[in-house]
Amino acid sequence: MKAMESFVAPTPARINYLNATYGLKSWLLTKDHKRIALLYLGSISFFFFIGGLYAMFIRLELLTPQGDLLQSTTYNKVFTQHGIIMVFFFLIPSIPATLGNFLVPMMIGAKDLAFPRINLLSWYIYMLGGIVTIYALLAGGIDTGWTFYTPFSTTFSNSYVIAAGLGIFINGFSSILTGLNFIVTIHTMRAPGMTWFRMPLFIWSHYATSLVMILGTPVIAITILLLAFERLAHIGIFDPAAGGDPVLFQHLFWFYSHPAVYIMVLPGMGVVSELIANFSRKNIFGYSFVAFSSLAIAVFGFLVWGHHLFVAGQSVYAGMIFSFLSFAVAIPSAIKVFNWTATLYKASISYDTPMLYALGFIGLFTIGGMTGLFLASLAVDVHLSDTYFIVAHFHYIMVGGTLLAYLGGLHYWWPKITGRMYPEGWARFSALIIFVGFNLTFLPQFVLGYLGMPRRYHVYPAEFQVLHVLSTAGASILGFGLLIPLVYLVWSMRYGKIAAANPWNLPGLEWQTSSPPLTENFELTPIVTWEAYEFAPPEETEVVGKFRDKRVEEV
Amino acid sequence: MAESYTVGHEHAPENAHAALQHHFENMEQQREASTLGMWVFLVTEIMFFGGMFLAYTLYRSLYPEAFASASNHLDLKLGAINTVVLILSSFTMAMAVYSTQVGKRRNQIISLALTLLLGVAFLGIKAVEYHQKYEDQLIPGRIIPSRPFDASEVHLLPGAQPHNVEMFYWIYFAMTGMHAVHMIIGIGIIAVILFFTIRGKYGPEYHNPVEVSGLYWHFVDIVWIFLFPLLYLLGRHLEH
Amino acid sequence: MQTSWIPFVPPSASTLSGKVDALYFYLSGVTVFFTLLIGGVLIFFVIKYRRRSPYEIPRPIAGSHKLETLWSVIPFIIAMSMFAWGAQLYFQNSRPPQNAIEIYVVGKQWMWKIQHTTGQREINELHVPVGRRVKLIMTTEDVIHDFFIPAFRIKADVVPGRYTTQWFEATKPGTYHLFCAEYCGMNHSGMIGQVVVMEPTDFDNWLSGNTNQQSPAVVGQQLYQTLGCVSCHGASGEGGRGPALGGVFGKQVFLNNGQTIKADEAYIRESIVNPQAKLVNGFGPIMPTFQGQISEEQLVQILAFIKSLQAQGSQAEAPAASAASTVPPPARAASPETSNR
Repeated sequence: MKAMESFVAPTPARINYLNATYGLKSWLLTKDHKRIALLYLGSISFFFFIGGLYAMFIRLELLTPQGDLLQSTTYNKVFTQHGIIMVFFFLIPSIPATLGNFLVPMMIGAKDLAFPRINLLSWYIYMLGGIVTIYALLAGGIDTGWTFYTPFSTTFSNSYVIAAGLGIFINGFSSILTGLNFIVTIHTMRAPGMTWFRMPLFIWSHYATSLVMILGTPVIAITILLLAFERLAHIGIFDPAAGGDPVLFQHLFWFYSHPAVYIMVLPGMGVVSELIANFSRKNIFGYSFVAFSSLAIAVFGFLVWGHHLFVAGQSVYAGMIFSFLSFAVAIPSAIKVFNWTATLYKASISYDTPMLYALGFIGLFTIGGMTGLFLASLAVDVHLSDTYFIVAHFHYIMVGGTLLAYLGGLHYWWPKITGRMYPEGWARFSALIIFVGFNLTFLPQFVLGYLGMPRRYHVYPAEFQVLHVLSTAGASILGFGLLIPLVYLVWSMRYGKIAAANPWNLPGLEWQTSSPPLTENFELTPIVTWEAYEFAPPEETEVVGKFRDKRVEEV
Repeated sequence: MAESYTVGHEHAPENAHAALQHHFENMEQQREASTLGMWVFLVTEIMFFGGMFLAYTLYRSLYPEAFASASNHLDLKLGAINTVVLILSSFTMAMAVYSTQVGKRRNQIISLALTLLLGVAFLGIKAVEYHQKYEDQLIPGRIIPSRPFDASEVHLLPGAQPHNVEMFYWIYFAMTGMHAVHMIIGIGIIAVILFFTIRGKYGPEYHNPVEVSGLYWHFVDIVWIFLFPLLYLLGRHLEH
Repeated sequence: MQTSWIPFVPPSASTLSGKVDALYFYLSGVTVFFTLLIGGVLIFFVIKYRRRSPYEIPRPIAGSHKLETLWSVIPFIIAMSMFAWGAQLYFQNSRPPQNAIEIYVVGKQWMWKIQHTTGQREINELHVPVGRRVKLIMTTEDVIHDFFIPAFRIKADVVPGRYTTQWFEATKPGTYHLFCAEYCGMNHSGMIGQVVVMEPTDFDNWLSGNTNQQSPAVVGQQLYQTLGCVSCHGASGEGGRGPALGGVFGKQVFLNNGQTIKADEAYIRESIVNPQAKLVNGFGPIMPTFQGQISEEQLVQILAFIKSLQAQGSQAEAPAASAASTVPPPARAASPETSNR
């Protein structure tokens, strides 16, 4: 009780980052990380909407075994563009560029990111990449699959491969710049007293994500460049007729694109760590294990790309090594899940919407992660790869994981970002709808995959129809569920209840300033004297098991 | 917690250096941030070139004869001169950083100007080399429609296939071209630094931009130190 | 493993499919267990430790290295069991058995062209006998395809410029799906067909019912003549200005750079489309390339011809790498029960 009273926040300031300056120019030329986060929020929502529209067409087409809604060329373009838009223009920037951009400086007590101009530049690069990609879509689209496998993409496809590739190439630099900015900010801009092991886990996961961004993204950039040159000049790097190797492309592509999965999911794990700790008013169980597991995932994530090539003619021994490493990379994720669950033990758990999303994340991520083991297992992967099983698996990670974490985080920080509360009842209702719709969409797809239904099929044998109908029904529920937050969040920006500086009564630095914050975040640079998630004095700490965490002993 | 929170420092102390950006506490923090930023950027650059080095390694090991034949046709003399030019430029760049730190303005300007000149000289020599390749019809593919690739100028070692020779030139142009792009950017940066140096912006108090540009310049130099032996030297013993 | 009674399991019709299913069920069991465990504990905690008053502050709990070790090590052991099982099965199945029926498969946008060694050709259909090992030697004329037979639990990419192989032994007569599982362009979902598994006698009847087609080796011999291979390699592969071909398949060949290489499908293909790449010791680089002048199907036919030369030229010497220790002896026309070990 005593602790609660000490969470007194400064009185809300009338001047904040939203009303400090006015006009379009003040937004388009802003160097404030919070405004840039909002620019990103608007743009990724736009791309999410386009990607979602494509998803809707895919599900509608698959309602019947015949190709009656779309022609095969159109269908091929639709699933390709769904993938490209969702992966490169929504999932990769989603949490880092919006929530990360807004909160990384605030959570470590900095006034801004280390390089505000580069931060703004990254948004412009993202938009340029987006515009080029949209040009490719409007000019005629692209039909190679988001994986761009050669030699189909270099020689046989008759679509706008180079334009779409250029869009992704450009977009990659925005992700590199964001990662660079985060790493430097976390290293050099922490407030006095904010030691590495006092940092919120959101920061740790963003640090790990940034490492993947700066190490992986340049490789996809050069790969796409090689692909474009190959398509233009036909030199033969990936063309067997000229002595090249089409599988080299797959190695280069997955060297980035597998770690890219961790770019998408690690920030989600960071958000969930925040939600679990804060909505149960508990310190995270095994803080350092959760923190280091993020780094372990980032590092090991670079060593497992070969599991995408188990049936691509890779050598048996390479397959076995990659299989082993893929199983190994599952362990840090398992550690996280167990620690989140253990955090809830003897906690004080609230049922606010962000917590519902976090709990949903743990459940769906567990399924997504466990089904990943099927695909790491060589003999089973031979049967399951390139079927709907894999489609279901990565949607459990990307939608069940990243998207739920993103929505949870957006609700959690919404009062800080906008200064207004979202309507709790509607939010809980839509969270439930999304959870049900999601499972109904993708659970049947696991079964479809095991039965042998290949992915990227436009026409399919009639025996698979029942499961496809279930999946489409789920997708419509999911789509409806996702529209509700879109409506009420926009509504709440104007009509929502005014939020207090610290509406959830939390100790994190971002809550110790007004809502919405000032342009420089804090009136005074904070000095940190407490641990992350310190709700009660450390003297009261209860010890479970024989060994104590070192950190606690020092206190 | 709240008590400790109220203890904080004022923003932007009175005696702050003019170049201190608003979101940094002090010059030291600003310097650390920009130096680390450049190092992180260089790490991404290594990965960027890494993809091309991988392609080079793979195909060199698959087609050693063709790569040796093509490599032998490169102009070793110009390549070596360019290597010396770049190493010299790295030296002058280091001198520029040193002179800035100790405040020798004259040396600083001279060193930067020399670096700039050497950089331009490198590109000039590179252009001569590229022109030779153009004359010999060694520009890969049909990038130049009137002069499609033709390996007849290259002395083929036994077992060397013309289309693999073409692949070498493809990788050669990709790697040296990407390096040249970095050189051009570097020259642009040095020019800006030189401009502000003449305006007297940098000195012992504030020398970080010069240092960071120096880091970038040395990196571009080091990439060439790898490119030169890989492209020009390896396999030369197979000539006879 | 008998699985037909379980819902949502695809037909199981090869010696491999039951083994893959067993591992699949193990994985499914572990997944369901952990999902229920985590989900159950989560729901239990969420209800039991729900916030009862807005002012409640629970006591902090210190982490425990013991627990962390426990829940790192146990999942690791389980994961390793999955790895070992999957890898062992995959490794076992990665070596094609000796004495298998060889069938050539060429993928092409958007059809599968199949040739039996006895001459029968099929498109988008594959007839095979029950209880015989069948080895598929596959390549493609254009993009990457993937030959996927769900009922056999096998799948392999078909890569341009390479031969990939996979093998199976069907256990149950019937008609099963054949899919292209690697996206290959416009009509990818139309690149499907069926695998017809027949009793051996029916299969023999089927084979003899289509006798008007020449075997690939015979067609290959004709190509060998018309393409002029004969002038250097000799009418029956005895050699001349080019190396002798009789009996070369499967043997080690000495190259002029001092290395040796096994004359497998890939090497012979390379020697035709890119003859200068690996020259046989003692021969000059005089052979022209046939890149672009010969289709993948014709390559396969010449390959079949060169393989047939082996039988006539050499004295029944076992091919180089013998894998007899790991590959069980061929079970000709075995009943599904005996071959389903």
